[in-house]
Amino acid sequence: MALRRAMRRPWVARLAVIALLFCLWEIAARWFVDPMFLSPPSRVFMSLPAVFETRGVPAALRLTFWELAVAFALSVVIGLVVGLAVGLQPFARKSFMPIILLLYGTPQVTILPLFILYFGIGPASKIAFGVSHGFFPIIVVIVAGVQNIKPILLTSARSMGASRWLVLRHVIFPHMIPSFFAGMRLGMTGVLLGVLLAELYVSTAGIGHFTTLFTQNFDPTRLLGLISVLAAMAIVLNEIVRRAEVHFGRWHAD
Amino acid sequence: MTPSRKERQGRLASRAVQATFLIVLIVLWYLATTRWRVSPLLLPNPVTVLHNFWDILRTGEFIGDLRVTLTELAAAFAIAATSGVTVGYLISRSQYRIRVFEPLFAGIYSIPIILFLPLYVLFFGLGPASKIALGATISFFPIALNTIAGFGYVDKTFVVAARSMGASDYQLFRHVLMPAALPIILSGMRIGFTVALLSIIGSETIASLAGLGHRIVHLAEGMEIARMFAYIVFVVFIAMILNTCVSVLEARGKRF
Repeated sequence: MALRRAMRRPWVARLAVIALLFCLWEIAARWFVDPMFLSPPSRVFMSLPAVFETRGVPAALRLTFWELAVAFALSVVIGLVVGLAVGLQPFARKSFMPIILLLYGTPQVTILPLFILYFGIGPASKIAFGVSHGFFPIIVVIVAGVQNIKPILLTSARSMGASRWLVLRHVIFPHMIPSFFAGMRLGMTGVLLGVLLAELYVSTAGIGHFTTLFTQNFDPTRLLGLISVLAAMAIVLNEIVRRAEVHFGRWHAD
Repeated sequence: MTPSRKERQGRLASRAVQATFLIVLIVLWYLATTRWRVSPLLLPNPVTVLHNFWDILRTGEFIGDLRVTLTELAAAFAIAATSGVTVGYLISRSQYRIRVFEPLFAGIYSIPIILFLPLYVLFFGLGPASKIALGATISFFPIALNTIAGFGYVDKTFVVAARSMGASDYQLFRHVLMPAALPIILSGMRIGFTVALLSIIGSETIASLAGLGHRIVHLAEGMEIARMFAYIVFVVFIAMILNTCVSVLEARGKRF
């Protein structure tokens, strides 16, 4: 009875679904699938210390985290500056938005080898590729946010004698906050995709080296361990920006 | 409504800015390779790239790789669309199931699923199977989420009104649920198609034996940079054509 009442709450049921999936995975890996290809979650979990003890893995993970952080910061700065520069001027918006949307729509994975060619196989290429994925959505959202400010607010501020800076400070910035955080969330998704794609592509160093190594050695335990750690990193970073979006987006109500 | 003269002038001016931007970019590219002696290994001459591009089109050497990539894309999208719409519809039939599964799907969708590519390669090998499986997984989520949103949030008044007028299950589905949900599902399919294309080219770039992404990497490793640029232009064109087709289909489907 208590179980049935608990299951009525969606989050309990959600946890139950996740637990069920893990159980199925455990059963499949233990008794049905060749251990060369899949290992059960319990063993993956137990082997996490071994993953961290593999020489080079902690350094590679730390480096990936820094690449994500730097790429995200750069994307936000570039996205904000370009977004404001393009969004605040109707003429600039009409001229440059089609170009930006066109570039945003092209599949950037095709130029991944070019990034490696220009920036080498070190962190620079991964940061650059992450930024190239991260700043377009931020620009698009910021431009949309600026465009959505009611013209009457701008007109009334100006008619009361507000200078350009004052309008920016007291009208445009406060109204941009929700779209800014929405843009940050989309930017984070892009940065994660870009940095991890580049990390996986370069197989001579960093994360890509270890995933290739574990795959070629048919070592699914450590491969799954490494991927889980990266997935956890992605989930935590996503959750931080999503919380920020919910928190700051709610404030805006008119 | 005909645009006023001022509006038309404004549009002309912004077109002019766009054209100038493109021309300046190409001229800078040309000058960089001829005047400023940027190594052709980093930036090949635009004329050489153009020659290579025509060469690729003329000889038709792209056909093999294009066929591999498009087959993978078609298979992945077909799997994702059928399973996404089916699963989404089944979930959307009860508010409880929506509340259980929607956050779960949204959470998984926010993880970069490309991370699991090494696993897919381990399971399915380097051939097309791993790309199809990965592309299907990635594009399943937006399709399923939009299907849930489409069927799950149909205005209750319409459903109640149709029921009280004696609509059968089929009539309710055909005349109320379907028209309300279709535009949202089609948007989900467009997004799913785009991410499937991206992830398939991406996974071909990282680990594969054939396909357009593989060709680009192959040329990069062989330092045939002009040819690689030509292929990049080719792939961008293909992607644009595919995306335009899908957008047109989406618009047409919404009107229906």
